[in-house]
Amino acid sequence: MPDVISQDGSIRQDDWIVVPRPAEGESLDIPEQSKALIPADLWLAGYEHFTGRDDIGVWFDSHDEPEMLVGKFQELPVIAVNFPKFSDGRGYSIARLLRERFGYENELRAIGDVLLDQLQFMKRCGFDAYVLRADKDINKAARCLNFFSQGYQAATDTDLPLFRRRAS
Amino acid sequence: MYVYDEHDRQIAAERVAQFRDQTERALAGELAEEEFLPLRLQNGLYVQRLAPMLRIAVPYGMLRAGQLRRLARITRDYDKGYAHFTTRQNVQLNWPAIEDVPDILAELAEVEMHANQTSGNCIRNTTTDQFSGVQSDEIADPRPYCEIIRQWSTFHPEFAFLPRKFKVAVNASEKTDRAAIQVHDIGLQMVRNDAGELGFRVHVGGGLGRTPMVGPVIRDFLPEADLLTYLEAVLRVYNRYGRRDNKFKARIKILVKALTPEAFAEKVEAEWSHIKDSPSRLTRDAVERIQGYFTEPDYQSVDNATELLAKQRFENRGFDQWLSHNVDTHKKPGYAIVTLTMKETGTPPGDVTDRQLEQIADLADEFSFGEVRVTHQQNVVLADVRQDRLLELWQAIVPMGFGTANLNTLTDVICCPGGDFCALANAKSIPVAEAIQRRFDDLDYLYDLGNIDLNISGCMNACGHHHVGNIGVLGVDKKGEEFYQISLGGSSHHDATIGKILGPSFAREDMPDVVAKIIDVYVDKRTEEETFLDTYRRVGIDPFKERVYA
Repeated sequence: MPDVISQDGSIRQDDWIVVPRPAEGESLDIPEQSKALIPADLWLAGYEHFTGRDDIGVWFDSHDEPEMLVGKFQELPVIAVNFPKFSDGRGYSIARLLRERFGYENELRAIGDVLLDQLQFMKRCGFDAYVLRADKDINKAARCLNFFSQGYQAATDTDLPLFRRRAS
Repeated sequence: MYVYDEHDRQIAAERVAQFRDQTERALAGELAEEEFLPLRLQNGLYVQRLAPMLRIAVPYGMLRAGQLRRLARITRDYDKGYAHFTTRQNVQLNWPAIEDVPDILAELAEVEMHANQTSGNCIRNTTTDQFSGVQSDEIADPRPYCEIIRQWSTFHPEFAFLPRKFKVAVNASEKTDRAAIQVHDIGLQMVRNDAGELGFRVHVGGGLGRTPMVGPVIRDFLPEADLLTYLEAVLRVYNRYGRRDNKFKARIKILVKALTPEAFAEKVEAEWSHIKDSPSRLTRDAVERIQGYFTEPDYQSVDNATELLAKQRFENRGFDQWLSHNVDTHKKPGYAIVTLTMKETGTPPGDVTDRQLEQIADLADEFSFGEVRVTHQQNVVLADVRQDRLLELWQAIVPMGFGTANLNTLTDVICCPGGDFCALANAKSIPVAEAIQRRFDDLDYLYDLGNIDLNISGCMNACGHHHVGNIGVLGVDKKGEEFYQISLGGSSHHDATIGKILGPSFAREDMPDVVAKIIDVYVDKRTEEETFLDTYRRVGIDPFKERVYA
């Protein structure tokens, strides 16, 4: 059961587990009792089987193209984006595209090498759930999510850049 | 120049508090070194060969007198009493203690300065022409656009972990390019279209380093209002598709080359089509608000002091030389642009003491409306000096060491800190600069040689911009010994060119002789009106090779 941080820094537990990509020749191993996040391309490959299920979501890796699921995002209860390394910034672009281009409105979860000092960026790019790397102090998440009271530029959290807010 | 409002002040204060928290967690062992690394780099803090180094941003090179005085105080209180002007219009401290850096950043924030994104794989300080706003041939003042880019790029949540560093430069003059925009990740040339509307020609994928390239044009005209949305589209394409598997192939230039500039441009246009009409599109009001900070100072209405200057020149040869080389034409009658050279022989190029910083501040207050500009050639500009006070200014600066009348000559060397300070360097660069300056100490001879850009880098990272020097020097390591490779024919101006390597490298002690031989070839081959670069382009590299390796 992962500890999940919400945008406001509060902590909850849920039973979404991340199912890794199966090795070559092996099939997807979805546990029975749990809600499962599966690789996005495999969800698409088994679309008939998975669509409409509220216990199956997908995860994108940082090199994946979210465009592969265009038109289907709203069928997913949870989408996760994996940060294989915290310094791999592709997940931020994926998140903004999901939110701002494709209109995805359900939970968007950051998984993988998720550290405290990146939470603020994730929040601004539209992630609303974060699974912190296990060795990090989850109690510091609220503080790290809120170092800044505003940003200069538009992102997912606000489409008004500061220059427009200044004018109003 | 730009003045913070309550939003800027709040964001700056929050940034300092954040970095204080991060530093405390790092010192307490809660952050692994590799986790702290990008956080400290994006606050300007490197860990160097001998000590940490703090790179302080000077947005597009502008500094007020009060900021210079604060920098002077910081170098005294937290460092060894001197600072270094870099080749990207920033300032570096060479000896701060890591635990002091949050306090230094707090002191900087008090005078509206910061070290944000001066390092790391993010969007760096936007640079421009040091003569912005005071030259007569510019399309428009580029500084408001630099400030607009600064605000947009500051803590941009999507682009804090790019494949590699990302540098933007803006140029506004039609005739000259003092910002070297074609060797930047994005170079923006201000232009007007046939309808007279303001916009930018966009170069993407220029750069120096291991794979030097001149940036191709990917859009001939980008309307002013579309600046930020288009930059966002370029950055998004780069963030998604730039290589992350190999540090040396991660700059945007590699992506542009791999895709071809045409295909890259198509990708950007496709991305841009989705966001071009978003609220990030600039409004007239927003641009005018920023432009309001870059209005003309309170110029007096005076005539050109032509006769007075002629008389003063006649009476004083040193002043005459300085006027010819270090003083440029101003757009306002009766005013002049003065460049103070930070290139006194025996001092590392760009280095200034705390006292000198204060002297520059005093000069700014006394002669130039309290502002200066830092140049990427590591000099300092007083942009608004009255012509009838030039002699007085010159007399003041000569004893301070800023009056060497060698601007743009062979001894006005661009030089990185090199192996004396930098952990990345393969070789020292400062002693090479000094040896060449000592060899060419006859000003009349330097003037006869005319403008020659001599650029020295201590390693492949090319902070000294060696690829675009007319004469470029690159420090290399051969089995633990320092050698120097020479390239010829580079240019960072409108005719941007990457220099060609002359041949095998040289030992440090041979460098003054080698440069002298190169100069001899120029002197032998030149026609009356040719610069070094002209002659090189006409005769090619072979005559230089033959002489140097004879």
